[in-house]
Amino acid sequence: MPERFDYRQAPDPAQLGPGPTPEPSRRGFLFWMGATINAIAALLISIPVIGYLLSPFKIGGSQQWVSLGKLSDFPERQTRLGKYVNPFTTPWDGYTANTPCWVKRETGDTFTVFAINCTHLGCPVRWFPESSLFMCPCHGGVYYADGSHAAGPPPRGLYTYETRIRNGALEVKAGRLPTLQQTP
Amino acid sequence: MNPKAILDWFEARLGLQATLGPTLSHTVPQSAKWWYVFGSMTMLLFMTQIMTGICLALVYVPSADEAFASLEYLNYDQQMGWFLRALHVWGSHLMIAMMTIHMIQVFLFGAFKYPRELTWIVGVLLFFCTLGMGFTGQVLRWDQDAYWGMGVGMSMAGRLPVIGPGLVQFVLGGPIIGGESLSRFFTLHVFVIPGSLIALIGVHLLLVIKCGVNEHPTPGVLVDKATYRENYEREVHKRGMPFFPNAAGRDMIACGTTLTLLFVCAVLFGPAGPNGEPNPMLIDTAPRPDIWFQSLFAVLALLPPYMETFLILTFPGLAIAVLFLLPFLSGDGEKHWRRRPISVLLLSILCISLGSLTYLAYQAPWSPVMNAWRAMPTPVQYVKGRSPLQLQGALIVQNKQCRNCHALDGLGGRRGPALDGVGGRLNGDQIIRQVIQGGGNMPAYGKHLSPADTTAVAAFLLSLHNNWEHEDAAGYSTVPRN
Repeated sequence: MPERFDYRQAPDPAQLGPGPTPEPSRRGFLFWMGATINAIAALLISIPVIGYLLSPFKIGGSQQWVSLGKLSDFPERQTRLGKYVNPFTTPWDGYTANTPCWVKRETGDTFTVFAINCTHLGCPVRWFPESSLFMCPCHGGVYYADGSHAAGPPPRGLYTYETRIRNGALEVKAGRLPTLQQTP
Repeated sequence: MNPKAILDWFEARLGLQATLGPTLSHTVPQSAKWWYVFGSMTMLLFMTQIMTGICLALVYVPSADEAFASLEYLNYDQQMGWFLRALHVWGSHLMIAMMTIHMIQVFLFGAFKYPRELTWIVGVLLFFCTLGMGFTGQVLRWDQDAYWGMGVGMSMAGRLPVIGPGLVQFVLGGPIIGGESLSRFFTLHVFVIPGSLIALIGVHLLLVIKCGVNEHPTPGVLVDKATYRENYEREVHKRGMPFFPNAAGRDMIACGTTLTLLFVCAVLFGPAGPNGEPNPMLIDTAPRPDIWFQSLFAVLALLPPYMETFLILTFPGLAIAVLFLLPFLSGDGEKHWRRRPISVLLLSILCISLGSLTYLAYQAPWSPVMNAWRAMPTPVQYVKGRSPLQLQGALIVQNKQCRNCHALDGLGGRRGPALDGVGGRLNGDQIIRQVIQGGGNMPAYGKHLSPADTTAVAAFLLSLHNNWEHEDAAGYSTVPRN
């Protein structure tokens, strides 16, 4: 059986007096040395971490042309719901990789593509061909067929995409959630 | 070995009695009665939220692709999954409710005054963190409301000058809503905000111990920074009671009642949603926020457009600043609510405004009823005995979506005025002008109605009279007599 430590027989620390203390200059050196090493290590670790956190800013820099489908999918003088796959996606996006938009074809190859988002607060606007109006279900924003503001709180007309036609397909330049300062 | 020896063994190492004992039995004023239980209730609900949250995280998949399916699985397949989801959502509602009552009580009892300014400020931070939990939690319920609700939040953030677009991108984890957006809200809801809440609650409780529990205010007894602490110490020493077990009894009863209420709500009302899969292509949806953000939803519909951006950007900052500055603006003086009429008035105005806005948001008279034109019947009394032209007009009113905004016999939208009796308010020319040119927040229909259609619509609308108006200007009845 090991001998038990009896604290009653341990020397009283008060009686021992001060231990050997390093002279001030060495104590100061150790402290500043420690602080410097920590600062360097923290910097080394935090710069890549901050880069990781700020990475979303990078991918949004450029928008890309994405296809909305064949021209023949969109009859003349009609407005139809279009769908494109976001240019920036992850394999686990599921449904949310898709974005809807309203495609208005005049005659021939003249297209206007409106963002689905109401310019007020981004709710999805619905097209009513009978009255040629877009209506928003959230706060009652209404737009005419050409996207201009008709009624309700929206501060401007519907956002539009840049369009082009490539190989018989309609393409839009997309990849951004449209907000007042940044159209799609 | 007797239990006492075991307890002593732990006590010798942990020294809990020595450290926690005085804390638990810290003296509180004798006047701390039933009004003082709401803080404990809020904290208890936070603890149940952590526990039910951990349970839900065992099954929930925070992936944009699979979150919805995992919620459905929780509701319908996972044993007792629906109950855990119900506990979590009702726990959140109750927690925000209790926190709000706690805050109102603290305000009315003047408990934010000297020396408890910091306690109040930490409390305000706790309040905003809890609301943050509410919003991020609503997004984790990955349904249509969550998808579009996130878009609404970002549309507001996007209005911020300079940093708006960058902020949107940072919060969404990319330029557009997708997989990263849900992951970010999951991280906020499960790690960042709860971590902050735990830390802040620690500080809040420490401050309660250090600065003491506010005494029940007495009208006419003023807070004087020079003498308050001394008087408080003396009073509490003389007439106080230990928190544990004396005051704790009330807290325990209140907490037990809260837990029972939580159980009853969860069993009776069940989990919330998910409401419709988060497929952005399903645009036949009307996104709505949870109850605590309904007043904001209403404000955004009712604000005049010219002041909207200004208020969206400045009001939250202003509200936070006022709440932070409150203990410094009125840090001493009268504590009792009977002697603080302006405070009571401001609080009443705030409560009535938020209450009315929430009520209005559930009515949402500003939202068009998107299916009214095809789903709601034209009332029989408005077609009976009508001429062919008037009937043609009734058909056009229906088919051109007029009823999405205009009700007939109480059915339809309320964005515009109800059309019952419009024939008594406007004459034929006025009706035609209004239909063609619009105005007063109505779109112009001039381009989408032929002259014949317009004539028919006007004929129908002119025939809509209140019951006491029987004859039109030409002298013949427009209301069929029964």
